[in-house]
Amino acid sequence: MTWVHGEAFIQCLYIVAFALFIYGLMGLTGPYTAVRGNKLAALGMGIAIIATLLTPGMGNWWLIVLGVALGAAVGVPAARRVRMTAMPQMVALFNGVGGGAIALIAWVEFRHSDGFSSRPEYVAIASLFAAIVGSISFWGSTIAFGKLQEIMPGRPISVGRLQQPLNLLMLLVAVAFGVIVVAGGQSGWLMVGLLVTASMLGVLIVLPIGGADMPVVISLLNAATGLSAAAMGLALDNTALIVAGMIVGASGSILTNLMAKAMNRSIPAIVAGGFGGNGGGGGAVEAGDRSVRRTSAADAAIQLAFARQVIVVPGYGLAVAQAQHAVRQLTGLLEQKGVSVAYAIHPVAGRMPGHMNVLLAEADVPYEHLKEMDSINDEFARTDVTLVIGANDVTNPAARTDPSSPIYGMPILNVDESRSVIVLKRSMRPGFAGVDNELYFDPRTSLLFGDAKSSVHDITEELKAL
Amino acid sequence: MLVQNLAVLVLAGFVGFAVISKVPNTLHTPLMSGTNAIHGIVVLGGFIVLGLGAEGVLNKVLLVIAIAFGTINVVGGFLVTDRMLGMFKEKKDTSK
Repeated sequence: MTWVHGEAFIQCLYIVAFALFIYGLMGLTGPYTAVRGNKLAALGMGIAIIATLLTPGMGNWWLIVLGVALGAAVGVPAARRVRMTAMPQMVALFNGVGGGAIALIAWVEFRHSDGFSSRPEYVAIASLFAAIVGSISFWGSTIAFGKLQEIMPGRPISVGRLQQPLNLLMLLVAVAFGVIVVAGGQSGWLMVGLLVTASMLGVLIVLPIGGADMPVVISLLNAATGLSAAAMGLALDNTALIVAGMIVGASGSILTNLMAKAMNRSIPAIVAGGFGGNGGGGGAVEAGDRSVRRTSAADAAIQLAFARQVIVVPGYGLAVAQAQHAVRQLTGLLEQKGVSVAYAIHPVAGRMPGHMNVLLAEADVPYEHLKEMDSINDEFARTDVTLVIGANDVTNPAARTDPSSPIYGMPILNVDESRSVIVLKRSMRPGFAGVDNELYFDPRTSLLFGDAKSSVHDITEELKAL
Repeated sequence: MLVQNLAVLVLAGFVGFAVISKVPNTLHTPLMSGTNAIHGIVVLGGFIVLGLGAEGVLNKVLLVIAIAFGTINVVGGFLVTDRMLGMFKEKKDTSK
């Protein structure tokens, strides 16, 4: 049975694992193949793990088992219990620990090899790159988690104009430590200095970014972790790390780009600082002295019941209020009354692209009813009532009409084109972008204030009574 | 060895682009979570460095933490993705 420990056999298992990763990711293309795709990718991971453990000369078994047991004891319950609304911060956290693991491995490699003096130069460079990016990812993700979990204020925190020079300085210091190590520095403090400055950089990068941009940042950090895993793979001469890390690096970059595009934000602008706090120009509509039209649950119910076509525009407010099941009940009732109902999903509805789909799928809304922005935008003009539930910036016509608005140019749902609009809202507080919404002052719009879930519930009760 | 690995690196990057660019918007959150789980593969790095002889208490402690972190990444990532996707699947059954 010695062949099981052979290099060729292990490499073959790795190849099987890659095939499963790629095939699994391809499965994630469609909603009906995605579950299997994810399982196949997980199977691939299992095979890669077994292959690695077959490496000849493996020891320290108890410590390996201890690490895996600790990780499983934390990871399994966390993944099982997390609420669907808290998914973005959970992904941030899982991403962060991955980055942390890479930084720690790079640190041990440094200590192990007397500052890489016994290794080729490229090993040192790749490890140090992995250490810097891994640390940024770990601390950046932790801050992102803190903001989304509302442990920390979600608004941008920045040191003002000094932010960029400070970030740049941190990066330069971290790289300088790296250069000294590559040049032959062996003091352990060099590596500690590198890790500390990279960690501070991670914190400094994410702190000034507002809550609305957080999904883009998480996705960016996800890609970064992938790249640093690939770099670690180069350093350790391990094909599995190279391939899997690089696939994640590439996919994460694409995803980040798509998200940023959907929000009309450029990635450099996001990293440079959040909405509101600095710049962004005017664009804020004076709200104070203008009146909005309020409505009651009873009136809203009548309006909906006599509509031919209703479009529901769900936003983060719906997710926060856990109102997806109540909304499903309401739309079911409307369908019974012969009203055609569709859901208009903005690419960044919720907190991440696709997040809203997950929440609505949880509430048994048929996948076919969920319409993406491009396919439904022309429908609004033919729609009697648009029901906006806890969405704000993605319905703001200022994105089309007001070049001075910070959200100008962002693709939006053309809610303002429908014959009437009912907005369920907690208060007149502006959305994440900190911009007032012109839609609310439109004479065709009426607002129903209150918690999204109880408002929807009230409308449903009124509908039943009709 | 470096050149071969770099070739693999570049090709893997293109595979990543090709596979991912076909995924519809609606599945981006599960996808992000799934790819997130895959970079948990760093746990293998922990196995190799620890298993092939790490010495000293600090090194061992750091590696055990690294393996625990990597395991959280892998296990948590795949489980969370599965939970998210399970919701799409259930719906398929009811719509039939």
